[in-house]
Amino acid sequence: MTITTTDTGLGSHHVIEEPESRTFRVRRTAMTSQDVFEAERERIFAHTWLYLGHESEIPDKGDYVRRPVGGRPLFMVRGAKTGEVNVFHNTCTHRGAAICRADKGSQKVFQCFYHAWTFDSEGELKGVPGEDAYVDEIDRAGLALQKVRTESYRGFVFVTFDPEIEDLTTYLAGARQYLDYVVDAMNGEVEVVPGTNEYGFDANWKLLVENSIDGYHASSTHDTYFKYLQTLGTDLSIGVSGVTKDLGNGHAVLEYRAPWGRPVASWEPLFGEDSKEEIAQLKADLVEKHGPEKAEMMTEINRNLLIYPNLVINDIMAVTVRTLVPTAPDRVEVTAWEIAPKGELPQLRQRRLDSFLTFLGPGGFATPDDLEALESCQQGFSSGGVEWNDISRGMGRAAQATDEEQMRAFWRRWRDQLDTTN
Amino acid sequence: MTTITRENAATVTRAEVEDFLYQEAALLDEWDLPTWLDLFTEDAIYQVPCNDDPTGAGDRSLMLIDDNRLRLASRVERLGSRKAHREYPHSNLRHFISNVRILEQDSEVLKITCSMLVGRFRANRETWYCARADYDLLLSGGAFRIRRKRVALDMTTLRHSSDVAIIL
Ligand code: FES
Ligand SMILES: [Fe+2]
Repeated sequence: MTITTTDTGLGSHHVIEEPESRTFRVRRTAMTSQDVFEAERERIFAHTWLYLGHESEIPDKGDYVRRPVGGRPLFMVRGAKTGEVNVFHNTCTHRGAAICRADKGSQKVFQCFYHAWTFDSEGELKGVPGEDAYVDEIDRAGLALQKVRTESYRGFVFVTFDPEIEDLTTYLAGARQYLDYVVDAMNGEVEVVPGTNEYGFDANWKLLVENSIDGYHASSTHDTYFKYLQTLGTDLSIGVSGVTKDLGNGHAVLEYRAPWGRPVASWEPLFGEDSKEEIAQLKADLVEKHGPEKAEMMTEINRNLLIYPNLVINDIMAVTVRTLVPTAPDRVEVTAWEIAPKGELPQLRQRRLDSFLTFLGPGGFATPDDLEALESCQQGFSSGGVEWNDISRGMGRAAQATDEEQMRAFWRRWRDQLDTTN
Repeated sequence: MTTITRENAATVTRAEVEDFLYQEAALLDEWDLPTWLDLFTEDAIYQVPCNDDPTGAGDRSLMLIDDNRLRLASRVERLGSRKAHREYPHSNLRHFISNVRILEQDSEVLKITCSMLVGRFRANRETWYCARADYDLLLSGGAFRIRRKRVALDMTTLRHSSDVAIIL
């Protein structure tokens, strides 16, 4: 479908905010239109920082992981000479074949299987079979593997396809402090747990952005999960209370107190009596190091953090890192990892693993129901009889955990980026 | 359920194991999950590792499913409710079991492996899961009990199947 935007930009055509009447609406074609999907690729995904992976995934020289980012095939390798994290477009500079052909591993030399050119882990072109056929000397520098602009913040590696945009730290704005909570609570020793969740479903990616930071749907959609928690002995009577915030640049957070414990220094009976003391010690250490206020934030408060446009970090019973990549207006691919402190007590690690897979995993007691909800929204959009989604909840008041201010933060940034025509 | 007249698991034949696996499959296909749950021992585990980590263990890897008996009972209860939205109404399921092999057996326990293909059909969507399944079966009182069921998926990701909200 073609969208005519004569007097407004593509973003403003889809997002209408009216503070006087406290309404915020998103036109449903934002989730269905091919034009919007293509504009997102060009105006958002090519001009933001996108999460690729964690430095701890490639601890040693030559270690690599291969994965697409924003739909482009990349690989990240720790350079054998410099020890730096290099990210390359995963395509041979000769005629295009994939250079890195496994999802992870370790090697210092990458040989293209097509005509056997070789590159080292810094991207330099090393070997060209039959090089004397190039009558003038071959342009080795020009034919090196193409680097992607890469920066990392406290171990989280991001890339961008825009050479012009601000540095990563500035880009992260208010979200930086929340990454600090995660990393400091793990004493800076973060590892990615083996095992990746890679799934997909038939809905627009922005529905999953909304869902990942939506406190309003929890009790209605996830009734069976809360039942399960009760079976385990969790007392749900205190309920969930908190706030939602705009963190700038489209980043947003939902943060709340909840009845369940946290493996970082908030004990509950499920963790077992034998871990009570260690958890108290962990907490005492954090209080000493960071002061009571920050320690309280790190240990007692749960949060669902959105780093615009497509990274979600849930810092709850377990810490999850997930990216959402659109492949069509009505299709999204999710990749999720679990991060945890290195050298954690086995019983705490076990609780963390259990929490992740029972709540957030695609075989768990909650995520499948989210997928069902989002696919049913997407199907509902095709009715065409209803033009707008309403995202006004909590407008005009200090936004609470079940309000929608955090989603409005995302949509405002989305609107502004889609209005640009770079 | 299959009644095995033998006392000693060491003499159980593949055909008897197959009968048992077929009956388990039928219970799953018929969504008779409470009866299915009764096949499991109190110390049973049911696991599905992540696609990229087929040998992962539940105490150090993220898994797709890592149920002890308590969690398995919660899963059965959840799937029986109208609030497991992804499976309400239930999918049509068909479990195919083949290539059954007895890997080890002694007087009490059999280690079994087989190939498994599960079709899942719901709301105009069709999903196939292809896997290797490993079982530890206990023979007691003339019946098999499952002590361990581990289903390692052959698909490299869940991109197409999207979830494992059913029991494989
Ligand atoms: S495409 Fe890589 S060597 Fe030719
Ligand atoms: Fe949810």
